[in-house]
Formats: sequence, structure tokens, C-alpha cells
Amino acid sequence: MTWLSLVRTGLWRKPTRTVLTTLSLTVAFVLFMLLRALTAAFTGGTSVPGVQRLLVDAKYAMTDNLPLAAVQSVREMPGVAGATQMSWFGGYYQDPAHAFAKAPVDQTQYFRVFPELVIADDVLARFQASRRAVVVPVAMADEYGWRTGDLIPIVGDIWPKSDGSWDWEFEVAGTYEVPPGSVLQPWFLLRYDYFNESVADWARNEVGWVVARLDDGVDPKVVVDAIDGRFENSSDPTRSLSEDEWSRQFANQLGDIGLIATLILGAVFFTMLLLTANVAALAFRERVPELAVMKALGFRDGTAAVVVLAEALALCLMGVVGGVAIGFGLEMPLNAQLAPVVGRFQMSWLDAGLAVAIAGGLGLAIGLPPAVAAKRLSIVRALREIS
Amino acid sequence: MSEAESSRVSEALVECRDLTYAYTRGGQKLVVLDHLDLTVQKGDFTALMGPSGSGKTTLLNLIAGLDRPVSGEVRVLGVPLGTLNSTALAEWRASHVGFVFQFYNLLPGLSAVANVELPLLLTSLTRKQRRRHAETALQIVGIEDRAAHKPSALSGGQQQRVAIARAIVTDPTLLVCDEPTGDLDRETATGVLSLLQSLNREMGKTIIMVTHDPQAAEYADSVVHLDKGALIGAAA
Repeated sequence: MTWLSLVRTGLWRKPTRTVLTTLSLTVAFVLFMLLRALTAAFTGGTSVPGVQRLLVDAKYAMTDNLPLAAVQSVREMPGVAGATQMSWFGGYYQDPAHAFAKAPVDQTQYFRVFPELVIADDVLARFQASRRAVVVPVAMADEYGWRTGDLIPIVGDIWPKSDGSWDWEFEVAGTYEVPPGSVLQPWFLLRYDYFNESVADWARNEVGWVVARLDDGVDPKVVVDAIDGRFENSSDPTRSLSEDEWSRQFANQLGDIGLIATLILGAVFFTMLLLTANVAALAFRERVPELAVMKALGFRDGTAAVVVLAEALALCLMGVVGGVAIGFGLEMPLNAQLAPVVGRFQMSWLDAGLAVAIAGGLGLAIGLPPAVAAKRLSIVRALREIS
Repeated sequence: MSEAESSRVSEALVECRDLTYAYTRGGQKLVVLDHLDLTVQKGDFTALMGPSGSGKTTLLNLIAGLDRPVSGEVRVLGVPLGTLNSTALAEWRASHVGFVFQFYNLLPGLSAVANVELPLLLTSLTRKQRRRHAETALQIVGIEDRAAHKPSALSGGQQQRVAIARAIVTDPTLLVCDEPTGDLDRETATGVLSLLQSLNREMGKTIIMVTHDPQAAEYADSVVHLDKGALIGAAA
């Protein structure tokens, strides 16, 4: 018999109720971990140390295109080490459900702009040698069973070909690797020159956006001002942003992800507060005789209150441990599904700590009222009710 | 004269002086104990008898430090309980009083031995020492073979024996028993009363027992009758 076993006994007085309440809390904390991870994926930065990149987009809408000539203009700006155009290609492979991210890029520039991506020299050489070549992330190739030399049919849904068809075909030149921990999206990369010569006339010589890598030590703001100033009075004004800022603004176009997540979590935890507080109040009412006896035996008022509070905290602790554990358990499968859409989807130990802090606050909120009642409990009155 | 009997004569364990207890209900003041004086000697086994509402349990609660009088004084072992704050009173109860209730009041989630160990959590004993003390107490009340059972697996008599073991495990000076056989059949009650009597005679425990049952009162050395909050005589 220890203080811990005393708390445990109180907690498991009604096992079914404790299990159900713990499960409710666990689900709430799983939701917390998932939404926090999703928010971080949408709003988090994508930069890596030592690599500064800018994204140059159409000024008034990200759906507007820029002229192909803008790419060369950006490339020639002082402080720019390299630049590649990109466009959202859309389409799907075999089944509309296989709608991974695809982009036409400059095959000579892309892996210089994104040096953290790992590609073998022979693969890069094949990519640069064949106009229909594509390179794909290792995980994507594994998922679809693609091998070097395979022909990959893609059904377009944005860009028709010049012959009016929507059927595109590419040849796998090889794979590249997105390093573990990177937040870069795993793109299916095709060559812009092939895309540009094959696409319908109305879509030619346009790019979705330009990604520029800066020279080491260059002030990004100076380059941003220079690029946007260069296009300010043109028919295609630009808006240049750092890679991190662009990611955040992209996410905000879908809505304020952080606010939405906060509102959902607020509603969930307020509901949990009411639910669990009700359970705690019910459990306290049932335990009044036991607490009265404990106090009669010599347990101080404060000790009885601490026992009651400890039970509430232990309940919330069980919920948060379960929730955080399941959250981390879901990280890998969800990352495999969501990474192509939102970048790297990963749980954070900081969020786990925050979850524990919330659980502590929840435990205090639901445990304090019965704890105070236990402290004030009149032994004589409670014992009289028993008899 | 045994040692227990000689201490009975020489030392007052419980002294109640001019004790009054009242409460107000519906605007009306109800006097439960009215200027009551009572002395219980160390080593006594005293039965408190009287009709319902006579103030027996209230008197027991005051002596055990569970409640405070409106006026008057309760001294136990020379300590005026009225001078102790609620924390000091709780510590005093833990050290000096063992409780036996009519409905046993064991914690349902704990085994018999864990229930007996419960008051020892408030001591400085180690875990092993606590367990050893609790097992000894269960042996004294003759129920060590049910140590691992939960209260729900025990009969009423067995539960009351566990409750008595819990009451004596801290080796208190005073045992207060509120209708300890009120929920038991005659045969079981006899066993419990014999146990209390042996704790009094062999271990020198001072016992104050509230009871309605004259046969139960026969186990006591002295019987105090209460009616309408006042003593109406004492019989040895």
C-alpha cells in the first residue's frame, strides 16, 4: 500500500468509466497532435541552413503565370546563384486517386537550386539527355513500382497537348532522394522544355513561378526589391518572397489554418472539460463516505484534497500519454499519405510537451472543485449520511 | 488487580466537562448534549446507551475529535481537544484514536490488508514495516487468511474484523466504536464483541462503544445511559 496505489485505487474504482473517460481524453489529444502537425506542415518554413531561396510569383494571384523570359531575367539578377521555373502540372497516373505533385522544371538548374536533394550523376545525366525524361522521388517510385526506363502515362487535367489530347507520356530517368527530415515536397519532375513544346499553343512560354537560389551571404531583401523593381512596370509584375514566407502565405490562401485548428481544439477541449469534470464530480459524490473515513482516520484536509486532485491529474495524464503515443504512431503512415500535399508531416516533441501542459491544466480544472470539496468535507455530516 | 485494572483507577483518559452541543434547524435551536460531564478511565470498556437522538454518537464524535462542542471541554490524555486546529486534530486522531463504524466503512477498492495499512500511510514506517504491522493486526483479529480479499468478498463479520484491525494497527490509546454490531447477526456480533473485550482486557485498550443492544453492553465494564443529551446514570 503506497500513496500511488491509493490514487490508483480511487481512479479505478469504476474501471469502465475510467477507461471510457481516458479514451475520450486520448482521442482529444490524438486530434491535438494531428492538428498541430498539420498546422506546422502548412505554415512551417521549408528552408534549410546555408540555403537561401526566393520564390518569384505573379503579383496579384498565385494562379497567374509569368512569362518564360522572366526566368532568365531573375537568373541574371545580382546575388542570384541559379533559378528554375516551375508550374503546377496536375493530372493523374492511371487513377484519379494517384494525384501526386508534378512540375515541369529546368533540368539544368533544379538540383542546383535545391542542393539538399540527392541525385546520382548518371540519373541527372539521363534526365538532361532525354526530353521526355522524368526523375521521381525514391518513395514515389517504390510506391508505384517504377523502374528506370519505364514509360509513365499521365492524364492531364490542366494542360492539353498541342494535338488536343490530354495523354502525356514520360520516361523514368531515375530517382532522387528527399533527405530524411527535409520539408521539401517530393515532386514528380518533368522537363520544362519538353512540356513547353508539347503543350497547347495558348499555354506556351509561361511558367507558374520561379525559384531562385541566392549566393551565400546575400541579403534576400535586397534581391527581392531588385527583382520586384525590375518587373514593377511590366505587364507581369512580380511578388518575391522568401521560401518560408511563401509557404505560410500559400497555406493562408486555404484559410487561417492556425486559427481553424485552434478553434477546433478549443471546442474539443472545452467539451472534454465539461465531460471530464462531470465524471470527476460524479466520482467525488460516490467517494464522500471513503473520504470521510480517511479524514476520520487522521488524513488532513489538505491530504484528502491532494488525493482527489492527484486522481484527476492521473486521469488526464493517462489520456495525454495515450494521445501523444498514438499521434507519434500515426506519424509515419500519415506522412506517407500527406507529404506530397503538405510537405513533411511530423509530430513535434514541443507539441507533446504542450499537450502534457494542457492535460495538467485540464486536470487542475476538473480536479480542483472536488479537491476543495474534499478539503471542506464535514466528517460528521458525511458519516451521518452513511448511517 | 491487573495492570490494566490498576491504571483504570489511577488515570482518567477521557474527561468531558460541562459539554454542550447544539445546532439550529428550521430556526429552532436543538440541544443534543446539555452540560454533560463524563470521565472514562484509561483501560475502561465503556458502553454508551440510550434511545435514538439521545446524543450518543455526538458524544462519541466529540471524544474522538471529529466534532467540536458549542461549549465545555473534552480532554483526552490531558490534551484539551478544543485547543487543536483541524490539522493538529487530524494528526492527534491518527496517533491516538481507532475507529470502528457500524457499516465497517472499508475502502472497496483495497484488499483487507491494504485497508488495514491505510492509517499507516500517515506514519514514518517503511512500506515493508507497514505491511508487517497490518498483517500482525489481521492476525490479532483472526482474519489473516483473508488478507488479499476485497471487502466485497468478505462477510459482514469479516469486514468488521478488518475494520477493527484497521482501528488497532496504529496502536491507538482509545478505540471508539459506533454500533459495531448493529449490522451483524447475533452469532457474528458475539464474536466481534468478544474480540473487542479481549483487546480491552489483554491489550489494555480503552474502548468507548455506542450501542442500542443491551446484550452488547454486557461486554463492557461500565454502561453510561444518555437521554435527551444528559447522563441518567452509570452502571458497572
